[in-house]
Amino acid sequence: MTIGLLIAVTMTLIVASTPILIAALGELVVERAGVLNLGVEGMMLIGAVTGFITMFTTGNPWLAVLVAAIAGLLSSLIFGFLTLSLSANQTATGLALTIFGTGFSALAGQSYSAMPVSLFRSVFPAELTTHPYLRVLFGYSPLVYFSLIMVVVVWWFLKRTRGGLILRAVGENDLSAHSIGYPVRAIRYGAIAFGGAMAGIAGACFPLLLTPQWAEGMTAGRGWIAVALVVFASWRPFRLLAGAYLFGLVMTMELYAKAGGGPLTAIPSELWAAMPYLATIAVLVLISIRRDASTNAPACLGKPFLPSN
Amino acid sequence: MTLSRRNVLKIGGAAAALPLLGQKAFSQTEPLKVGFIYIGTINDNGWNYAHNQGRLYMEQELGDAVESVFVENVAEGPDCERVMRELVQAGCKLIFATSFGYGDYVIKIAQQFPDVKFEHATGYQRSENVATYNARFYEGRAVCGTLAGHLSKTGKAGYIGSFPIPEVVMGVNAFVLAARKVNPDFTITPVYISTWNDPAREADAARAMIDQGIDVIAQHTDGPAALQVAEERGIVGGFGQGADMSAFAPKAQLTSIIDNWGPHYAATAKAVIDGTWESKDSWPGLKEGEVVIGDYNESIPDDVVAAAEAVKNGQIDGSMHIFTGPINDHTGAEKVAAGVTLTDADLLSMDWYVEGVIPPA
Repeated sequence: MTIGLLIAVTMTLIVASTPILIAALGELVVERAGVLNLGVEGMMLIGAVTGFITMFTTGNPWLAVLVAAIAGLLSSLIFGFLTLSLSANQTATGLALTIFGTGFSALAGQSYSAMPVSLFRSVFPAELTTHPYLRVLFGYSPLVYFSLIMVVVVWWFLKRTRGGLILRAVGENDLSAHSIGYPVRAIRYGAIAFGGAMAGIAGACFPLLLTPQWAEGMTAGRGWIAVALVVFASWRPFRLLAGAYLFGLVMTMELYAKAGGGPLTAIPSELWAAMPYLATIAVLVLISIRRDASTNAPACLGKPFLPSN
Repeated sequence: MTLSRRNVLKIGGAAAALPLLGQKAFSQTEPLKVGFIYIGTINDNGWNYAHNQGRLYMEQELGDAVESVFVENVAEGPDCERVMRELVQAGCKLIFATSFGYGDYVIKIAQQFPDVKFEHATGYQRSENVATYNARFYEGRAVCGTLAGHLSKTGKAGYIGSFPIPEVVMGVNAFVLAARKVNPDFTITPVYISTWNDPAREADAARAMIDQGIDVIAQHTDGPAALQVAEERGIVGGFGQGADMSAFAPKAQLTSIIDNWGPHYAATAKAVIDGTWESKDSWPGLKEGEVVIGDYNESIPDDVVAAAEAVKNGQIDGSMHIFTGPINDHTGAEKVAAGVTLTDADLLSMDWYVEGVIPPA
């Protein structure tokens, strides 16, 4: 493999992983607060369609990302209201949100299917973005740098700030946090809203970063990969980054191997397709063997908050 | 008239007979209800869009004589049986099932409703009231392959497919056979992505091809994603699939293969109305206008357009068939002797690659 090809593979895999990484970071914060939101796929589609429509009508990618974030946030608040204020079952509500998002985005995007937009391109000067080597550092859309910055921000928030400590406390033991006076519902609303905004931005990556068009259901299950990745990463941001790029590497290598005709083509495509999931199972087994508390799920994950007073 | 018992009976009887009368009068002009099931949405700009255009053409051609309903996003599985049953119960007498994977369910449900006619696209199973239909897309692929043979600088094409079913394998083979008539060293690499609708994956497949020296991309999936990547990277180009996609790639779309199902739908509905419908397999192509070659890109030199037109016209007048031997398989062994043309049955079960295809694992 030549250097040029190595750089090309790296760039494709980083771009392909970016929406999964952004959505998974949002879901990680939500789950750390003790809430399981399975609506990621639906919120991503809502973000994708609103981002596309904004890009199409205004041509401003920054605005498109902002609108997608707001749309994702608003849709997540439906989930928040049902599960936090009405104590509805989180699993069922999350699935309903995915179904709603799929249908809503199809309806909203109906008249936008035959229309191209332009991509959200790198803001660096062309000498850097087209340089044969430096492009591996500078050749990306701002969305890619955003995803990497957010890994650090989420890690720092959860690990190093008081707010992060309280959020984790709410996720580990909501009744205790409640009894010492923390507003459990408000904190969880905040986490869900953040997760929704991130899912919306992740959705906007599809028309702005990957393929500049709107197609129904264009996220094609990547929201579910994001949910799985959070478990894969045992709820830690840097492991999440590694996991997202590993997923991206496997998905990308499959295509490069098939298109390039090297020795890797001997691996059947079914095995390629199964690899990320085999890796997930392997990691889950490792987690359950190690049994050390820090790798386990937040103790209150998915349970409704029902204080007695 | 006083309201005697006799009169009430008379009026009541007349009233009861009225709907019968109406029905009789109505039945002469009652439109044929035609149902369509699509695997995706009608806005996909490709396969399903083309079928829906065909449905609209049928309505336009036959006017009040037909009435149509369609259901989108019908999965290839047990659920399509439920959808077809509901269409029958809603009064459809003719149902078009427009995706390969509906086949088994069409056969099953057709047995339960013998007075309803079923037409299954790209299928191979027929029965008393089930017919199959398809279009000779490989004829269009041969035209595209001719363009690729002339225009490609690296002599390497990629072909993004969903699954290696005969329909797709046939397209890969026709493309490279035509290209090798121009450039004997031409190769094609099929990449199967195991889905009909994942535009981001199609785009990544196109990137993987272009990064490894492929400069012409053909596709068997439904959207314009790969063409957009071709446009962005500035390679020689690609082809619109199912419909004209020049809006997405004005420079990269060399031409397009347009599916034109309308005439078949209108003729079939007419046959059902006239009572002349019969179970058969229809497989028209360029000649009948069911497969149409779109506009050629302005950047293509005139002599290359002429070469492509010659291949097109040869297939229309029957003087040329892309699957006429000698044809070797991908290992170089002779598969079809000189002068022999593969039969339709051979084509519909095609599971081998011709020389020039770099086969996947």
